[in-house]
Amino acid sequence: MTSQTKYILQAVSFAGLALSAFSAFLVFGGILTKEAYFRLMEAGMLMWFGTAVFWIRKDH
Amino acid sequence: MNSSSKSRLIDRLDALYEYDREAVDEGKLYGWRTFIAMFSSEHIAGTEFVLGTLLVMHGVTAFDVFVGLAVGNTLAVLSWAFMCAPIAVRERLTIYWQIRKIAGPYLTIIYSGMFALILCLLAGSMVNVSTTAVTLPVNILSPNYAAGQTAPSVPWILTAIGVGAVIAVLAVLGFERLAHFAKVVAPWMPFIFVAGAIVSLRSLGVTGTGNFWQIVNEKIWTGIPRPGQIHYGFWHCVGLAWLCNIAQHMGMGDVTIFRYARKWQMGFCSAFGMFIGHYIAWICSGILCAAFVHSQLAAGVSDPNPTPGNIAMFGAGYAGIVCVLLAGWTTANPTLYRAGLAFQVATPNWRRWAVTLAAGAIMIVTACIPAILHYLDRIVAYYGLFFMPLGAFIFIDFWLFPRLGLARYYAEQKGLLMSWPAAAGWFGSFGICFLLSAKDQYQSMGWINNILPAFLANYKSDLFLQVLPAWLIAVTLYLVCSLIQQKMSPISQEQTK
Repeated sequence: MTSQTKYILQAVSFAGLALSAFSAFLVFGGILTKEAYFRLMEAGMLMWFGTAVFWIRKDH
Repeated sequence: MNSSSKSRLIDRLDALYEYDREAVDEGKLYGWRTFIAMFSSEHIAGTEFVLGTLLVMHGVTAFDVFVGLAVGNTLAVLSWAFMCAPIAVRERLTIYWQIRKIAGPYLTIIYSGMFALILCLLAGSMVNVSTTAVTLPVNILSPNYAAGQTAPSVPWILTAIGVGAVIAVLAVLGFERLAHFAKVVAPWMPFIFVAGAIVSLRSLGVTGTGNFWQIVNEKIWTGIPRPGQIHYGFWHCVGLAWLCNIAQHMGMGDVTIFRYARKWQMGFCSAFGMFIGHYIAWICSGILCAAFVHSQLAAGVSDPNPTPGNIAMFGAGYAGIVCVLLAGWTTANPTLYRAGLAFQVATPNWRRWAVTLAAGAIMIVTACIPAILHYLDRIVAYYGLFFMPLGAFIFIDFWLFPRLGLARYYAEQKGLLMSWPAAAGWFGSFGICFLLSAKDQYQSMGWINNILPAFLANYKSDLFLQVLPAWLIAVTLYLVCSLIQQKMSPISQEQTK
């Protein structure tokens, strides 16, 4: 894996985590419905697992 | 058991840990990042969904939770940093060899066997947690123990068997890939806990910092236990946070891990596990539980069932369900693997796969007992108090024995099969603490108060408040008995060689 690919994958992973946290604050602020929040949580989950599995190193 | 079969058992035990017999080389030591990652991932398990919920059910106040858990987790971190890690980096031996040298092989076998059983039980509780997540989307109701459902339904049991079987088979096949997957899951899980809690706070009516403290005291940590639950307070929170991993820190179980640390100060890395897993996650699961119960009561449900699956679905939807499933699964797997290793000691010539499958069968049975999740806090307290004394002996043997002119590793030097001071300290400490707690907890044991002196009969103490008494009793018994033992039979010059 090139370092550029790794950076892209990491960016998507962290964006997934940020989406999970951010959407919760939007619900708290009354800006987002709970149903939309659930969908964003699922999207954040897919973004994290779809990319983190490739760049998080295995234990030795 | 004749003498040849005894020696075979001890040989097998030693062979199993043969690779760990020598101290770790300097070239194989790890730095801060390794230990931070290890603690952060290991202490966010499926059971965090249960323990935070139990504190709500036991009627603690918000102050008890926020301050009590902070104090308890700080004590746990300090125990790792000042008791466990310094000995680990000086000796660089596993817990197995430390106990073997101090207590002799027989007590080590008992330690391994009992440790394997408790690991199966804990793995079972994790399977139970995962099963509550799997059954929810397919409308199979999880048992509500608090409402009197002491056994799960047949479809629930079949699901638990399926989940447990997958875990057992993966443990047999080796879990290298799963260990990697667990490492991937770990950073994501705290986000689910925190996101679910933030959304749940909103549903409870919190609108900002202005009414936060009022609402959490009125609707979450109310100070009033649910019907049928014992009332917990500040010291229970301190005790639970300190006790739940006591077998690892004061009990010295993690010398096996910290023997790979470059410096003893790396014991402070445990703070990442404690404050993410046993502080933030417990608080979040408490919030999720209260919000779920309130919503169910508002919807007319008379006996809400705040299972991990239910509260995670309420707070985070299907992402929450996946989180519960993975939190239970990824921690149950290594737990079962370790249980298999420990069981292998006591099973004559059984293959690793057979032992692990047998451990898996015990795990599945315990997963199907709803009482285990209901009393999980007390189970971890018993577990901690039972295994802690052996760590106390290692601590005393290392720091105090040379200063008192006593020989270290007496059992090893004398070639004893069992150290009676260690046996007296171990079972004496646990027995005394159990009876002091049980006399006021169980009606059938109330008679103990009648035969005790007044000051002990009036001593009211719960399991969670027994950490220091248990440690002091264990150390005192072990020290006094060792003084007698070494006075009666000192180590000769030849034995020292």
